[in-house]
Amino acid sequence: MSNINFLKPDRTNLNTFLYLGSFLFFISILDVFLNSFFRLNLTGFLPNFLSFLLPLALGFVGLYFIRIEYSGIKNLDLLNKHINTNNFNAVLSLLIIFVIIKSLPPILSWFVIDASFAGDTKDVCTGSGACWTYIKVWMRRFMYGMYPNAEQWRINLSFVALMLLGSVGYFATDKFKKYLTLYYVVIYPLIAFLFIFFFISGGPVFFDFSYGIIAAILSIIIGFFIPSKFKFYYFLIVPLALYIILKYFLFFEEYIELGKLDGLNWVETGAWGGLSLTFIISFFCLIFCFPIGMAFALGRRSEFPLIRYISVGFIEFWRGVPLITVLFMSAVMFPMFLPEDFFIDKLVRAIIAISLFEAAYVAEVIRGGLQALPRGQYEAAKSLGMGYWKMHIFVILPQALKLVIPGIANTFLALVKDTPLIFVVGLLEIVGMLNLAKTNPKWLGFAMEGYVFAAIIFWIICYAMSKYSYNLEQKYKTDR
Amino acid sequence: MNFKLKDIVPQLITVLAVVLVFSFFTYNAQINMENRGIDFGYGFLSQESSFDVQFSLIEYDGSHSYFRAYLVGLLNTILVSVIGIIIATILGVIVGIARLSPNYLINKFAAFYVEFFRNIPLLLQIFFWYFAALRALPLPQDAEAMFGVFFLTIKGLYVPAFIWQNFNIFFYSITAAIISIIVIRAHAKRVQENQGKQIPVFLISIGLIFIFPLLSFLIGGVKLSFEVPVLKQLATTSFIYEGGVSLPPELIALTLSLSLYTATFIAECVRAGIQGVGKGQKEAAASIGLTPNQVLKLVIMPQALRIIIPPTTNQYLNLTKNSSLAAAIAYPDLVLVFAGTALMQTGKAIEIVSITMFTYLTLSISISILMNWYNKKIAIQEK
Repeated sequence: MSNINFLKPDRTNLNTFLYLGSFLFFISILDVFLNSFFRLNLTGFLPNFLSFLLPLALGFVGLYFIRIEYSGIKNLDLLNKHINTNNFNAVLSLLIIFVIIKSLPPILSWFVIDASFAGDTKDVCTGSGACWTYIKVWMRRFMYGMYPNAEQWRINLSFVALMLLGSVGYFATDKFKKYLTLYYVVIYPLIAFLFIFFFISGGPVFFDFSYGIIAAILSIIIGFFIPSKFKFYYFLIVPLALYIILKYFLFFEEYIELGKLDGLNWVETGAWGGLSLTFIISFFCLIFCFPIGMAFALGRRSEFPLIRYISVGFIEFWRGVPLITVLFMSAVMFPMFLPEDFFIDKLVRAIIAISLFEAAYVAEVIRGGLQALPRGQYEAAKSLGMGYWKMHIFVILPQALKLVIPGIANTFLALVKDTPLIFVVGLLEIVGMLNLAKTNPKWLGFAMEGYVFAAIIFWIICYAMSKYSYNLEQKYKTDR
Repeated sequence: MNFKLKDIVPQLITVLAVVLVFSFFTYNAQINMENRGIDFGYGFLSQESSFDVQFSLIEYDGSHSYFRAYLVGLLNTILVSVIGIIIATILGVIVGIARLSPNYLINKFAAFYVEFFRNIPLLLQIFFWYFAALRALPLPQDAEAMFGVFFLTIKGLYVPAFIWQNFNIFFYSITAAIISIIVIRAHAKRVQENQGKQIPVFLISIGLIFIFPLLSFLIGGVKLSFEVPVLKQLATTSFIYEGGVSLPPELIALTLSLSLYTATFIAECVRAGIQGVGKGQKEAAASIGLTPNQVLKLVIMPQALRIIIPPTTNQYLNLTKNSSLAAAIAYPDLVLVFAGTALMQTGKAIEIVSITMFTYLTLSISISILMNWYNKKIAIQEK
């Protein structure tokens, strides 16, 4: 009797087991599928808990039967290897398959089948599904905030122009490739800033800011022509002097008025909002926090103890407090610290606060890269007679930054995900606009649609960014 | 002479700049406060607060001081952080291990979870749970009981309360069990090192941790009863549950979103840690005859933990700091109670914001000191 084997397949009864197992597995999935998609309950005659467990038990037995090592059938081997290695795995696989089948119909019907797309009043949303009409009607608000409808082309045009200018790197010929860093680090931010300053705002928003930025960029450009011997003193003195000259002697507010394009109305920052504000804030904080963070990373590794202590204190302070309290500080505490007649726009305050906050994280990431470089790199650079700045700019930082691309990308992702917090200072980007729209008496009860919509948008942005950073990491990967 | 001008000048200039900026700020602050007639000082902490807080762990009402309000907020913050950290760790470890599963479906499911939840802003998730998902729950009168005692309603989760008699004896019994387990472990280790005999420590420990409390129930006179929440009608359409413990929906939404969000990051840390242990380690351990359990416990985990702990500490810190987003859904945490309500009432912006920031700094630094100590304990002891 020993050669009759009921429970384990062998060479003689392999096919029987195969067919029986596949049949049971198929039946169990079919049962759940019919139950979920067509509300058919094949096992309705059984008691409640049995009919719930039956497909699981059937599928389990089926998978047990077809768990044949090296059957020689390619697909079966693949199946066994991937979802059916042992009993425990088989049960988990079955549960996951059932959960997917069970959750598909409600999700599909909410998103598409029962959802309403047409019309532009609340009355069309009678079905049990989502009300995408709500999103359609409020789309402009979600994208542009309270920016006047007639002026929104300015935002669109600026963003399109900036995207085109930003993609220059892909089309640059080899001849121009070496200028790309200069372009992206210095010229492109300036262009972007001018676009946002003159075009989107069209008014006196960023005055003080603009002096600072113009002074910084001018001094960097001139700095390329200064002999390296004097560079240190140059950068100590000139930017500040330039800023003071621009602010108090040369660059009166009338000049900015002159530079204004005719016929553009001033849109104050309180009216900015929606997704475009998310982009603006992320963009500015990104270009500010990177140099600040780099400076503090270098400061933390400086040989001068005082600079080191100050850098450590700065970094640890910002990393220890939540962003929301930083924004609270910029909203209620910061105005107390300024002269009474001195007013900084709240968007600018928020940008400064977020930039400083993220700069501390960027600093720690870059420090990791600096520490990961072998000492030999420093020694080699020094032995070639390079000074501190030359060594860092040409030898250390290019390598260190390549190492920390994933970390920097994560920090920037965190930055994008932190932008909704500016509701604290009263600015409403897309999540804030959703909360506002939700309380509109004409459109009560569509919170879910709004949040799902924003979640999809943020998910696409963040996922694309993380995939892009992964590509960059692969591209710049150097074997050491 | 060892020092050069070039070494001193940058330091001096930096310090000078920092001092200038700070004195500029304090000077302005003084003038501003004088003009507005506000005086600087922390004396307001002992004044009567005269506002109420929805949910507090300690006894609190309007007649208590601002300092008490601060404590209420701080305790609520710690409560939500601790619950969040526990859930996020459990979930993160499970998902992180699932990410390494050879099972294709489990692997992809875990990957989907990680990619999905970590690419959506936390604030959006909190809003989603609070304003959209939890608002779809039934009213108290329509709620169905889970296991007959839990009620999940739009007004929060109601769970039965434990009512202990002679709780201190129960507590002593648990302490005794833990101490005896530690003693037995030490003894077992000694026996194994000296005689090579293995004592089933795990089984004995489980036995002890059940036997001691059981004895306390049988002999020590400890009694445990449950107070089940009961539906009570206030008006014709208004119902509440009385008795038991009620967890407000803000707390549920906050812990849910915090732990779901942070678990994705912890999962990635765990995955990186386990992947970071070389394959050779596992094979070497197996080849000297350790059982699979021993391989995991004695070889893989100690090495993996070394990689896992530093980034996980960061995630714990992030969770604690992110718990301040509670202010957005009116969960009475430190930011809402103190930097929100108390600030509005007293107008002491500088004092209150500085206390709040200092508290978070202290929390962060204490967590990182604790974890650094643990990290140092398990680090490689180099000779």
